[in-house]
Amino acid sequence: MTELKGATAEVIPAVAPPPSPGRRRSWPSRRFVELTVLLGPALALFTIFVLLPIGIAAYYGLFNWTGYGPLSDFTGLHNYKLVLADPVFRSSLWHNVIIAVLSLVIQLPISVAIALLLNRKMRGSSFLRMAVFAPYVVSQATTAVLWLLILQPGGFIDALLQAVGLGGEIKDWLADPNIVLYTMFVVLTWQFIGFGIILLLAGLQGIPAELREAAAIDGASAWRTTRHITLPLLGPTIRIWIFLSMIGSLQVFDLVWIMTLGGPANASSTMVTYMIFFGFRSLEFGYGSAAAVILFVISFVLAFAYQRFVLRRDTEGALTRAVR
Amino acid sequence: MTAAVQAAPRPAAPAGRRPGRVKPAIPLSYLVALVIVAITLVPMLYVIVGGFRTTAQLNVSPNGLPHPWVWENYKSILTSATFWQNLGNSALIAFVVTALAVGCGSMASFALARYRFPGRDAWYMLFAVGLLFPPNVASLPVYFLDKQIHLLDNWLGVALPEAAFALPITVIILRPFMRAIPGELEDAAVVDGASRYTFFMKIMVPLSRPALMTVAILAFVTSWNAYLLPLLVFTNPTHYTLPLGVSTFQSTYSQDTAAVFAFTALSMLPALAFFALAQRRIVGGLSGLAGSIKA
Repeated sequence: MTELKGATAEVIPAVAPPPSPGRRRSWPSRRFVELTVLLGPALALFTIFVLLPIGIAAYYGLFNWTGYGPLSDFTGLHNYKLVLADPVFRSSLWHNVIIAVLSLVIQLPISVAIALLLNRKMRGSSFLRMAVFAPYVVSQATTAVLWLLILQPGGFIDALLQAVGLGGEIKDWLADPNIVLYTMFVVLTWQFIGFGIILLLAGLQGIPAELREAAAIDGASAWRTTRHITLPLLGPTIRIWIFLSMIGSLQVFDLVWIMTLGGPANASSTMVTYMIFFGFRSLEFGYGSAAAVILFVISFVLAFAYQRFVLRRDTEGALTRAVR
Repeated sequence: MTAAVQAAPRPAAPAGRRPGRVKPAIPLSYLVALVIVAITLVPMLYVIVGGFRTTAQLNVSPNGLPHPWVWENYKSILTSATFWQNLGNSALIAFVVTALAVGCGSMASFALARYRFPGRDAWYMLFAVGLLFPPNVASLPVYFLDKQIHLLDNWLGVALPEAAFALPITVIILRPFMRAIPGELEDAAVVDGASRYTFFMKIMVPLSRPALMTVAILAFVTSWNAYLLPLLVFTNPTHYTLPLGVSTFQSTYSQDTAAVFAFTALSMLPALAFFALAQRRIVGGLSGLAGSIKA
């Protein structure tokens, strides 16, 4: 609120010659009231429900607390150390990293290739866009149940593999610890790849056709044109895709929780399923708080670094502009 | 300023604006398109069609067509209270979240875009940083807060935090848009004796409609699909939202596979129907979103 009071102070001299037309106000205090009314509700909501919880969690994390009775068993940074030392937490973090990397090396190239192929005049292209995008609007919870039904032993996927002569490749999709994480990745891809394709298509629409035409006139092959003109110009969109994919990979929860609860034997656990399993379900609220704070720091540092060092190349990012 | 100039004029749905300039499709495009449509739609159709079978049919052959087609599964779900209750809870929460996020967010964006005061960029930065804080990661801390202020098992305990977490993207999209609206309009309004309030309601809001629609849809869809926070906050099944209802139904009635098929199919339909109606807006809005984030 101090900032807003500063606003009043600044505006007082403006009574004489107004700094810019239309900003004339004879009562500075009125301006202060306006700003308070406009910013107040959003700031209150944001402070109470976004900023305050992290403070609470950081504080609870210092205690051994099961959610009942007073916070009396102060243990300092013990919970934080326990979380970071827990092999299950480390493997959960590793699973998030695997999902993020697989998205980058598998989803991204496929999305770009598909977007390039679809960026043409086609019959039924609006239907196609709709179909590609449909899984994205269905909730992850529904997607999870849908894939539970499809992946059940002897279910649709198994029958499909059998039908095309790959019956020997049938696995325990959700029960085999060596497979389950990759099953999750496939389902995640099914749900989210359409969003990426639509994003990339929008990026492709923004590239002037003249550039490709000019290259073609100069005798460049279609591949060279794509490689040296289209892809570099698609760079900003690709970097946004990576940013969104990274944030998404960090918070994978719904699918895993409903399909496997992070099992079998934590083989599909992620950081958020870890936090809910060992912090919420086992009523170790102090421990869960410490996990939440660690997750927050990890996501914040990664996303902020990416904003600062990668997206910055495109324009001064919204999140970095104020940090000069 | 570059940000404002860049983000605002970006049309919501740039798709197919230049007919004739786009290369014609090659057979490979159609083949790829066919495969993609099959991969996305077949699993959904499988579940919808599966809902027309009986559990006995499903047990005998998991992948056959319904024979005969039975309406019982769908009928019993549509006549039970659970499905409608879940749907109603989801709708109530999503509408409140959307109203709060768009209401508070547009007022804040207006202040951050059209007023000049010290620390303005820092205030904006505060909201923008919220985008780096994924709601799922925040779920447990938000649960602790709800516990403290006695909002557990109360729909406000879900709606208020969801609205708060919708604010960053709302402000990030709206502020550049409102900034790009020419200052001359404001001057003209002042000359005509309009108050700031009139200017906001009569000029700013109508002119920002495309951006407002985008943020409203984003807030609505995000809330409609949210799972983790409702899971933590609600213990009483009468409060459950649709995503929570689906997963609960699946684990409760796992023996009655046909009913699970039908419930899952029905739970997809509202989202798909809404999407079919607002398709252009949603697709355009989400791809415009990318432009705004970097702007």
